[in-house]
Amino acid sequence: MSPLGKLKKVWAKSLLSGKINPVRWPESETNNPLNNSSGLLSASNRLNGRSLSLFTTEISGTTRPRRLSSSPIAIAGSLLLPAQQENGKPAIAKGSLRSKAFVAACVLLLLASFSPAIQSQTDCLSCHGDVTMQDAAGHNVGVDANAFHSSVHSDLGCSACHASIKAYPHPDHPQPVKCVSCHADEAAALVGSVHEHSADQPCTTCHGTAHAILPKDNPKSAVYPLNIPATCGKCHGDAAMAKQHHLANVYPQYMDSIHGYAVSQEGLLVAANCESCHGSHHVLSHTDPKSPTFKAAIPATCGKCHAGIRTQYTAGVHGTALAAGNLNAPSCTDCHTAHTIGQPTMAQSTPMCGSCHQAQLSTYRDTFHSQVSNLGSYVEVARCSDCHGEHEILPASDPRSPVNTANLVKTCGRCHQGANAGFVKYSPHANPHNRHTSPLLYTIRLAMVLLISGVMSFFLIHSLLWLIRSLVEKA
Amino acid sequence: MPDQATLVEEIPSLGPLTAAVPPPDPGRERFFVRFTLAQRYMHAIMFVTFLGLAATGLTIRFSTNTWAQHFALAIGGFGTILFLHKLCAVTLTLEFLYHLQNIAVRILVRKEKGLLWGPDSMVPNLKDLKDILGNFRWFFGRGPRPKLERYAYWEKFDYWSVFWGMIIIGLSGYVMWFGPFFGRFLPGWALNAVQIVHGEEALLAATFIFSIHFINAHLRPDNFPMDTTIFTGAQTEEEFKERHPEEYQRLLAEGRLEQTVTTKPPTWLMNFSKVTGFTAVLIGVLLLVLTVSAYFRE
Repeated sequence: MSPLGKLKKVWAKSLLSGKINPVRWPESETNNPLNNSSGLLSASNRLNGRSLSLFTTEISGTTRPRRLSSSPIAIAGSLLLPAQQENGKPAIAKGSLRSKAFVAACVLLLLASFSPAIQSQTDCLSCHGDVTMQDAAGHNVGVDANAFHSSVHSDLGCSACHASIKAYPHPDHPQPVKCVSCHADEAAALVGSVHEHSADQPCTTCHGTAHAILPKDNPKSAVYPLNIPATCGKCHGDAAMAKQHHLANVYPQYMDSIHGYAVSQEGLLVAANCESCHGSHHVLSHTDPKSPTFKAAIPATCGKCHAGIRTQYTAGVHGTALAAGNLNAPSCTDCHTAHTIGQPTMAQSTPMCGSCHQAQLSTYRDTFHSQVSNLGSYVEVARCSDCHGEHEILPASDPRSPVNTANLVKTCGRCHQGANAGFVKYSPHANPHNRHTSPLLYTIRLAMVLLISGVMSFFLIHSLLWLIRSLVEKA
Repeated sequence: MPDQATLVEEIPSLGPLTAAVPPPDPGRERFFVRFTLAQRYMHAIMFVTFLGLAATGLTIRFSTNTWAQHFALAIGGFGTILFLHKLCAVTLTLEFLYHLQNIAVRILVRKEKGLLWGPDSMVPNLKDLKDILGNFRWFFGRGPRPKLERYAYWEKFDYWSVFWGMIIIGLSGYVMWFGPFFGRFLPGWALNAVQIVHGEEALLAATFIFSIHFINAHLRPDNFPMDTTIFTGAQTEEEFKERHPEEYQRLLAEGRLEQTVTTKPPTWLMNFSKVTGFTAVLIGVLLLVLTVSAYFRE
């Protein structure tokens, strides 16, 4: 070991044994760039990263940056920072100066000017750099150094996260890594979310291997927009897992949807991925009124992208009813479904509307329109939305409604060339089975049914008797 | 010979349809004309278009059924279904108009009295009522089998149900086809009513033809397995005596029986008749089964 390395160790030991009292950053200082993860990252990059990372590497064994209390690093920082601040960089450290700490800081400065920050990683990697390395229990404790050096945490020393490891040799069972120590906002968001009690380590499940976490805008990152479906799908595409947690297995539905296609096939960054609707750290159940997927919130959630449709929907009867608190009124997903994103032009749209408007569906079923659509093919045929509109559905009494009496000639005329005032008197939802609403049609239908049953009964009896007689005579 | 004209419908383009009377041969079975070539053609056109109309119409009527959707898909979808339905409808309409024209000419121009009244007429008369009652008595073994004239009462019913059926179904169909046009002078409810009437009347026509007509004309023990008279136009002397004894006796008494004698239908025609007839019956029975099952599931 070089003399410099020895010096470092001696200093570190004295620090870790509490001979040097740490400085405490005021908790209230929310502007502290180390107080949130992105701030931490940018600060460490902005501030002559090597010096800072040296501090964190060496010191954060006891005092992780955002929990620093009277740490020498702060003092060192405060000594360093005037130069940085002149360059318009934010100050990161405040605190009282103490003589002991001052000495420590001076030593630190000395070290910093000679020692490359990476050295501590190198120390750890001299053992853990073997990716096949295993502990006594057989767990892999190897670290892919290349992956780590290109990761978002490459500037941090190992002990920034592995806080309980203070010296070598280190204990066999170090304390688990707590991401929360830096990423407090994310951790706070996780509280109360559906993933709060995930048995697995919640951070790495989504963000990937601990030593290879990439920034979100890196296309290889597990949380890069185009990779999010696959990341969430690791659990939510698992049918067994979905069943265990009473969830619909929505991953395949999403992947086959227009959103999933846009993400997976077209690489469209603006297409909705899981996070777009569910959020990331604070994912709530759709039954939670605060969730973006709660029924009343869905128009706003979808409307983040589909703003024009949202405006139409909000003006229509469904949007008005939902806004008024009627949770039986359909929101976007009731018609389009949440993950499959059904195409409203398909024949399924009719039963979809009919699941609420049952009487109307029943009478529609009696019409030629329905019969045509049942038989498929490529014939354009009137379905619910062709007459009533789609997102901005208005009551027939509204003069703007396509089914308002004043607009019927135009609406029907879209298909029926030559539609006129007489023609549009046809009632597309007449119910010949209802004596009260359609007495005339009821009578006509009754007469026809009586005619059929009368004729058929007479001749069936006639034929049956004839058959019996013929057989009797032949016998 | 005014009565001869009622028996043998003369169509200029098709020529006289009675064959030259062969010399009597006591050892050989004699054949008698029952239907003219024109009538046979008309029946052929009618049953082909009727099957087409029924197959496509019932598919539309029972469009929620899987068989209907598969059939529609198989033949090219709804566009094909509706095209075939309209094609058959127009063909049958033209035939119906031809029939009306033929009747009009025979009544108004040729002044044929027997067409509207009498033993050779399709118009129901008192004898038909007596035949119905007599037949029911015979069914219960309370009397002899009635001696039928040229057209049995059930055959007259077949004729008139088709006659009125074509008017009702045809008119309601054209109102639906040309809705905006008829909308100009029909009340609003009529546009709704035509669909009910069209569908229900057609349902009656289909179920009646595919059950009662098939049984009466082809499947009852007397005629089983197939009465080919409507295809060949000829019946044997034995069949004539058994099925239409009154007509046989009447013609014999009037000395006109020999005038209706014809040659034995060629073998190919007999075979063709059986194959065609059976095919039509099978299609009809299949449609009947599908219709009845779909109707009672509605």
